[in-house]
Amino acid sequence: MNHQAANPCVGDAQEQAVIVAGLGAVSPAGWGVPALMSALEAGAPLPVREIAWPGHDRRLKARTVPVPNQRPAILAHPRLRRASPITGHAVAAALEALGDDASKIKDLGARFGILFCVMAGGMSYSRRFFDEVLRQPGLASPLLFPETVFNAPASHLSAVLETTALNYTFVTDAGGFLQAAGEAGHWLLSGKMDACLVVAAEELDWSLACGFRHYSRQLILAEGAGAVYLKRGSRRGQVCLDAVTHARPFSRRQPPVAALAAVRNDLPSAQPGELLCDSRQGLDSLDGVEKAAWAHWKSARLSPKIVLGEGLAAASAWQWVAAAAVLRAGRHPAAVISACGPNQQAIAARLVRG
Amino acid sequence: MALAFPHAADANAPCRVAVTGAGLVTAHGCGWAANAEAFCLGKTSFRPVTLFDVSKQRARQAAEVDLPSALPPLRLSARQIARLDRADHLLLHAAAEALGQSGWEPDEVTPVCLGTTGGGMSQGERFYRQATAAPVRYASQLGRAMNYLAHAQASHLAEAFGFGGPLWVISNACAAGANAVGHAWEQIRWGRNPRALAGGYDALCQMIFAGFDALQAMSTTGCRPFAADRDGLLLGEGAAVLCLERLDMARRRGAVILGELIGYGAATDIHHLTQPHPQGNAAVLAMRAACQTAGVTPAQIDYVNAHGTGTPLNDAAEAVAIREWAGRWTAALPISSTKAGIGHLLGAAGAVEAVICLMALQGQWLPPTATTVNPDSAVGFRLINRPTAARLECVLSNSFGFGGANAALIFRRFA
Repeated sequence: MNHQAANPCVGDAQEQAVIVAGLGAVSPAGWGVPALMSALEAGAPLPVREIAWPGHDRRLKARTVPVPNQRPAILAHPRLRRASPITGHAVAAALEALGDDASKIKDLGARFGILFCVMAGGMSYSRRFFDEVLRQPGLASPLLFPETVFNAPASHLSAVLETTALNYTFVTDAGGFLQAAGEAGHWLLSGKMDACLVVAAEELDWSLACGFRHYSRQLILAEGAGAVYLKRGSRRGQVCLDAVTHARPFSRRQPPVAALAAVRNDLPSAQPGELLCDSRQGLDSLDGVEKAAWAHWKSARLSPKIVLGEGLAAASAWQWVAAAAVLRAGRHPAAVISACGPNQQAIAARLVRG
Repeated sequence: MALAFPHAADANAPCRVAVTGAGLVTAHGCGWAANAEAFCLGKTSFRPVTLFDVSKQRARQAAEVDLPSALPPLRLSARQIARLDRADHLLLHAAAEALGQSGWEPDEVTPVCLGTTGGGMSQGERFYRQATAAPVRYASQLGRAMNYLAHAQASHLAEAFGFGGPLWVISNACAAGANAVGHAWEQIRWGRNPRALAGGYDALCQMIFAGFDALQAMSTTGCRPFAADRDGLLLGEGAAVLCLERLDMARRRGAVILGELIGYGAATDIHHLTQPHPQGNAAVLAMRAACQTAGVTPAQIDYVNAHGTGTPLNDAAEAVAIREWAGRWTAALPISSTKAGIGHLLGAAGAVEAVICLMALQGQWLPPTATTVNPDSAVGFRLINRPTAARLECVLSNSFGFGGANAALIFRRFA
């Protein structure tokens, strides 16, 4: 089957650019990319919500996704009725990114790929299920358990899109989204795929916030999802994926500061007026690595985590969405996205406006 | 270092990929030799669960691993070693064997691609128990929180053996190990890396055991894949690691080649989150895609290591899928499920069964599903349930998982 001819969501196979064909976001700023960009343009950290810590007087701080004024219609899909919040975040962001192409994805057959990134995953159902196991394992809910599996959100997404195509769930820290986007870029340029959807999502639960409180008491966790729809096409007038560095894992031989410095050195030279979209938290105790790596940066900077909080795997998806949206608006010719995760790796990507 | 994307190799012709090292740990034992003997004979290694309390569960058996008392030599500090989880131990033993066999030296570019479902889940369980204890205690909680995350074990493996390349942790449920091996194969096949370390691991843990029990997917009478009276799966634990590299490079350096990985296919079953489509349609897509990339037909496949969990639904759907895929070759096609001996290893299963396929190719035998005395007459293929010698050139391994993750790998004997 000639998918180029049959499906309008496929670009010209002769074009060799990976273009950002769509963006989606669900974040503490709200449902949709406009809400995300409004919050980032305002620049003020979003309000923090307190979460109860069972059995403990203290409360945990986090930035949760606001309840939408109107429940997104897609959440009535049979596969999503019992799904964990992370699935709702992922599907909503993915459908926003795909736009009108969402209904055509199934026609691409195996020439479409889903790359889903997660760090903590479906924490709320995992915690609830394990709590039931500890109380009375014989009565633990068989409905909860399947939703605790890391690839449950990605599976639901395939079902919503009615596609049997390749679907990978990567467990990773914040850098994984960029790594997955680079992989999607390969699949597109090598001709293996005609379109790819890269999604990262997280959901909050007190147990997750409690865990990260041991990492940093100042860190504010956030939940939500980001999605990028990538296609092969003409770069003219489009935001294109220009480069992704190799991921540099942390180790005693390569601590985070060395890993991010190496990543920075791997990138092509920056153009005048280029944007740096970094992963600073706005916390001196955690931002030293990014500050050191990009101390020379003279041009504009955008730091979504300062406004949104630490979104784990979703964080670099929000960075990507923000950078691409700014490029689309014509404010910068290119943008570097720098991601330095809490415990795995440093990596960077570069987007350019064609 | 060059960029990960774009890469000049994106337009290259595909390379052939050799397996030059393979290590595994299962309930049969630690290492190739002990496992090869047990799989060849169709031994079973189940026992009552000792790692956690199962007294209130329906199922109480699993294939637990007796871990060696000492770890292999590692480039980790004493503090790092003290924090390693059971899942880390399984993985590190398998990796040490594979790397020792391959003769690889560590470097800063070789990717590590691993599959898992639970990662360091038992650390997460300990974290939760302590977080909900009264009074709340904080000791060791940071380490548990960080090592629970599934990419932690990949980081430990890379550092333990001196590798600094990218880490990929695929968590496609019970197909994860096969997906990880397939993903690594594609990295080499398209010229993006000359070699890759790939595998899968999962340790038994209370939450996942209770989860399968809650689904009533586990047998209380024994695992009998493709049997007429099958009534569920049994869980196991383990790890397998494979050293994959370009065949031309392996030959040039005189490496021992255990086999060639020639095909990989994957597809997603969107029928249900936990139940396969009754016709196994995504399994058919995965097997066909694997054959297409391998350039072989079902007639050239000499043995299928089935996913074969022993659950009524999986085995029925897989049998339908195999019949659809193999067509008129089905009746003569030798098939078995090695889960009969070591249980379902979840994220490790695909990688462990890949190594079993390599053993079969090396030894020219078929691993029997010895627990299945009365095969389901509906399966339609030749179920191997006793030790059998065979002439094997190409073998296929199926792995299916929750969420509809379906993957197939094809290996060829290297002569």
